[in-house]
Amino acid sequence: MSEPLLRVTDLVKHFPITRGVVLQRQVGAVRAVDGVSFDVAQGETLGLVGETGCGKSTTARMLARLIDPTSGKIEFDGEDLAGLKGRALKDARRQIQMVFQDPYSSLNPRKRVGSIIEEPLRIHGLLSEGDARRKRVQELMDRVGLNPEHYNRFPHEFSGGQRQRIGVARAIALEPRLLIADEPVSALDVSIQAQILNLLKDLQKDMGLTIIFIAHDLSVVRHMCDRVAVMYLGKIAEIAPNEDLYAHPRHPYTEALLAAVPSPEPGRAGRARALLGGDVPSPANPPAACRFHTRCAYADAICSAEEPLLLQRDGSVAACHHPLSG
Amino acid sequence: MSAPLLQVENLSVSFNTEDGVVKAVDGVSWSIEPGQSLGIVGESGSGKTVGGLTLLGLTRSRRTTVTGRAMFEGSDLVSMDDESLRAVRGKGIAMIFQDPLSSLHPFYRVGDQIIEAIQVHSPTPKKVARARAAELLGLVGIPDPSARLDSYPHEFSGGMRQRAMIAMALSNEPRLLIADEPTTALDVTVQAQILELLDRLRRELQMALVIITHDLGVVAETAEQVAVMYAGRIVEQAPVNELFSHPMHPYTWGLLRSIPKLTGPRNAALLPIPGRPPSLISRPTGCAFAQRCAYAEDECRVTDPVLAATAQGRQSACLIPHERRMAAWPALAAGGTEADARKVVRGPK
Repeated sequence: MSEPLLRVTDLVKHFPITRGVVLQRQVGAVRAVDGVSFDVAQGETLGLVGETGCGKSTTARMLARLIDPTSGKIEFDGEDLAGLKGRALKDARRQIQMVFQDPYSSLNPRKRVGSIIEEPLRIHGLLSEGDARRKRVQELMDRVGLNPEHYNRFPHEFSGGQRQRIGVARAIALEPRLLIADEPVSALDVSIQAQILNLLKDLQKDMGLTIIFIAHDLSVVRHMCDRVAVMYLGKIAEIAPNEDLYAHPRHPYTEALLAAVPSPEPGRAGRARALLGGDVPSPANPPAACRFHTRCAYADAICSAEEPLLLQRDGSVAACHHPLSG
Repeated sequence: MSAPLLQVENLSVSFNTEDGVVKAVDGVSWSIEPGQSLGIVGESGSGKTVGGLTLLGLTRSRRTTVTGRAMFEGSDLVSMDDESLRAVRGKGIAMIFQDPLSSLHPFYRVGDQIIEAIQVHSPTPKKVARARAAELLGLVGIPDPSARLDSYPHEFSGGMRQRAMIAMALSNEPRLLIADEPTTALDVTVQAQILELLDRLRRELQMALVIITHDLGVVAETAEQVAVMYAGRIVEQAPVNELFSHPMHPYTWGLLRSIPKLTGPRNAALLPIPGRPPSLISRPTGCAFAQRCAYAEDECRVTDPVLAATAQGRQSACLIPHERRMAAWPALAAGGTEADARKVVRGPK
């Protein structure tokens, strides 16, 4: 196997909790991401799933260097992004672009669509001639299924699905190698959602994009991704190839997540379900040892005493003392 | 078959806006019996929420026109005066909403808000009401209920807030609970807990449940009957298993084919419904779905289909004979092309 495009090693993000107005003392930390490692191969789609507060969006934001990691390495094409500053960081960002969840708040309402899409080109000093840049923007609009003649319109003149297409056009304007899509379809209606998912798949095929796809909807992730990483409270619980994860989850948390998904497929409704009790504990004060032991049906003494390591077991990698057999 | 608890007949709601008259709900009829559950599914703008709000008079204003009837225990909710409707609201029919954070008052303790809901409908001593509130929190599965009465909404997690909302809705033992997207803001594991709670309460309390959602999965898990809405109308209604195993309306087909599946083979591409819903201000003539429908013919753009009974107590609104539609679905469900299905639907020419 060739070198992965992206290698993340022991990535950590702690947000400090402070007390006091002038002299701010740190009294604790929200451990949003707490030691996450994974690889993404060139051209692959990696899914990141988990519940609210599991750290999936924080991880995405660190990869795009929108926030700085507390520690850890982000190697992109052999270069560590975590320490980059200034010009070098700007250059690296050309390769990594993001599509955001909310197509309403991620587009500036006072700018015309053309200028929203050309902004990355302007920032990176590409196609400085007005005509060439305009032509490129219209090409991009056409590519994502928008009418290029709508160049001069404002975001509010577009529907939610069309706005998300604008967000995608902006993200691919620089021909990035890595696209990070953070819940790109969760604000859209199902019939529109399918249009955007198909668009992302097409673009990936045509441009050879590598995609990190973040979603809470497990059936969308199953459709889009080659491999899936399940996160729980800032850590990776399990990473596995798509088919394995859905057919044979190793980690009890993955099993519980899958069981919780309501599904309109005949035969699946009405099945007996093992429901996960309670809520996700606070990431400011996560349970010791295995973070899932407080909600896990299989937990015993060792789970609250010793932290399980992410271990490889036939294709799947799971952090569990009592992995489920397939 | 017992008498219906609520019978909605030909309900229409239109809003007079600067751009024109928006027909949000356009002649909808359904009914629900005591203890039953009905799911209303549809996309944004299909009129599913407006329909629910209108039953409780929450869309009443100078700019709104409501016609039709909604008979609840012998009286019509549409023509009822505000005072009498207030007595029904919360006591006869209760409603819970999507966002539990914005439906609870942030300044008041959760317990006080539930106590208020109890005292609005029946004069109850504070102590009794408080005990009842604790009992309700316990019923919806909040641990240590008497202590949590003194918590503020921000001290609750999203799932607990929705549980508190449900507790408040149950405080006057309504015969009908309308849940509008009750789990959309929640994580899947918490969603599963809330759906199970609603189902349990419906059985234990013999309370009818109308669940309004865009999520076909949620409907499949909670409803016995399902109504699919499109552009302000019901296009198909069926028992839940029938709907998912033999959907009859091309719009329902489109919805089911456009969602990725959790089991079975992965499709190379999803099959979205092209285009988007029509404007509710100038509804196209003929079938509202015709412009997005792969099976539409000239007649569909002229004649408006009515919701008509087909086999096994099901209803659908489509001009294509239902036997042909029944025959087309199995191939579509297996991922067949619309071109092949069109041959089945349109018959030999």
